[in-house]
Amino acid sequence: MAIDRDTVIRVAKLARLELRPEEVDRLTGELDAILAAVSKVGELDLADVPPTSHPLDLVNVWGDDEPRPSLAVEESFANAPAREGDLFRVPPTAGPEVTA
Amino acid sequence: MIDTLRLTAEEALGLLERGEVSSSELHAAYLAAAGERDGELHAYLRLVEHDGGTGVPIAVKDVISTKGVETTAGSRILEGYVPVFDSTVAVRFKAAGLPMIGKTNTDEFAMGSSTENSAYGFSRNPWDPTRVPGGSGGGTAAAVAGGLAPWGLGSDTGGSIKQPSALCGNVGLRPTYGTVSRFGIVAFASSLDQIGPVGRTVRDVALLYSIIAGRDANDSTTVDLPEPVELPTSERLDGLRIGIPTQIWDLPGIEPGVRASFEAAIETARSLGAEIGDCELPLSFDYGMPCYYLIAPAEASSNLARYDGVRYGPRVEAPTYREMVERTRDAGFGDEPKRRIMLGTYALSAGYYDAYYGQAQRVRTLLIREHRDALERFDVIATPTSPTVAFPIGDKASDPLAMYACDVMTIPSCLAGLPGLNVPSGLSAGLPVGLQLIGRQFGENTLFRAGHALEQAIGFDGVPERLR
Repeated sequence: MAIDRDTVIRVAKLARLELRPEEVDRLTGELDAILAAVSKVGELDLADVPPTSHPLDLVNVWGDDEPRPSLAVEESFANAPAREGDLFRVPPTAGPEVTA
Repeated sequence: MIDTLRLTAEEALGLLERGEVSSSELHAAYLAAAGERDGELHAYLRLVEHDGGTGVPIAVKDVISTKGVETTAGSRILEGYVPVFDSTVAVRFKAAGLPMIGKTNTDEFAMGSSTENSAYGFSRNPWDPTRVPGGSGGGTAAAVAGGLAPWGLGSDTGGSIKQPSALCGNVGLRPTYGTVSRFGIVAFASSLDQIGPVGRTVRDVALLYSIIAGRDANDSTTVDLPEPVELPTSERLDGLRIGIPTQIWDLPGIEPGVRASFEAAIETARSLGAEIGDCELPLSFDYGMPCYYLIAPAEASSNLARYDGVRYGPRVEAPTYREMVERTRDAGFGDEPKRRIMLGTYALSAGYYDAYYGQAQRVRTLLIREHRDALERFDVIATPTSPTVAFPIGDKASDPLAMYACDVMTIPSCLAGLPGLNVPSGLSAGLPVGLQLIGRQFGENTLFRAGHALEQAIGFDGVPERLR
């Protein structure tokens, strides 16, 4: 499965990365080489092997439902790039200048 | 006069208990050592004042959230980020009285094997400053080896504690998955990330492990230790069964000096009473790397989705929300996180999920079974930790696959969730070589016993020759 520029651009959209043209070029070659190496996992017939998502045999860890204080509002905003009142301020997500 | 290059944490504790030195005097000694040598080594990203603790000072990898002290994970996208809460490990080392010396350098988001991926510049190896200290935890490793800290904390996803410990001549433990809380750790790959101790001796590492380990209500993947941590004392290995995977002899890229040091360490183990035998881990060495470089990037692409310029970190302003997020991420992430985000996003995308991520998860099951089988016959599996000694700065920086190959022997047991201990086995051409001991799940005490006896017999001098 070869990686081309269009694939890199499509995946970058999914990953919310605005790559510069020279980054697209470099990543096309690098990802192609890395994917060729990791595709080795496809050599094995594993239809009967269950997947592992987590190395411990933990199922349904329960905790006591105890109220406790959360972060204070001022602490929550301590690292915010932009704030308006008690909200994080961001550019418009919808409107005439926004395209999907 | 405190010899920061030689003092072990246990010796420092003795000085404190006898009132011969205060915690703040010790802390000042490490800051002075950093003032002398860290201009060259760049082990620390920032140093901090003594916090009033009464214990042995500690170096802390910059992926560990420390309240009120900037925590960047070596990334521009967290530049200026000052946590408003402590990670659980920070809560625990502070409760034990350990004052922090500083935050140590790391490859960006702990992705790398040399610290060359840090957005804040690379660290140097105290044994030879033209060479890397390993990574991602090269900062902590260089701090301990260079006498800038008696011990420290690292994080290990595929070898980031064990490999730099090997390259810098330290003892380093990657604990069993689930024994140390990940609450407040900058996440890379959540099913693999583990925090662990680095030090000059196995006993120091065991002591620090006992301080940070145990169940945490804030991390539901943690468990209580089935048995308390025991500081090792025995200098014998009678009855200990050590398995050596036959596959390592055919692995390409293992340097002759590394092989010689490993073989000598095994002979030492035999002379101490250990029973040595062959074990088989064929899938681990053939499929461990491909499996890891699908699972870890997949989890990373999900974990790093949180860096969107909204709640913390620098933001690149743009007319719309989506453009703001995309430009902030392009400007904030370096090349390696971008590679892994892209690889992980691809491996998780519709149409490829089963062939890549799903298949890697099934391979992981086989690696777990293969290790379990080997550890039914043996108490410990031994391999070299790194195929090479510390390599020159710049040697692998432009070749991602060559850098990934540094972790060929550390990765399989990480995927299996097993503990691994690096113990220095000697020198090759004046540079440290590390022995990797892999144990059963929760088998840390066995690793400490084996590591301590070998350490005593080998008598490795952890002070870099040029600093003696």
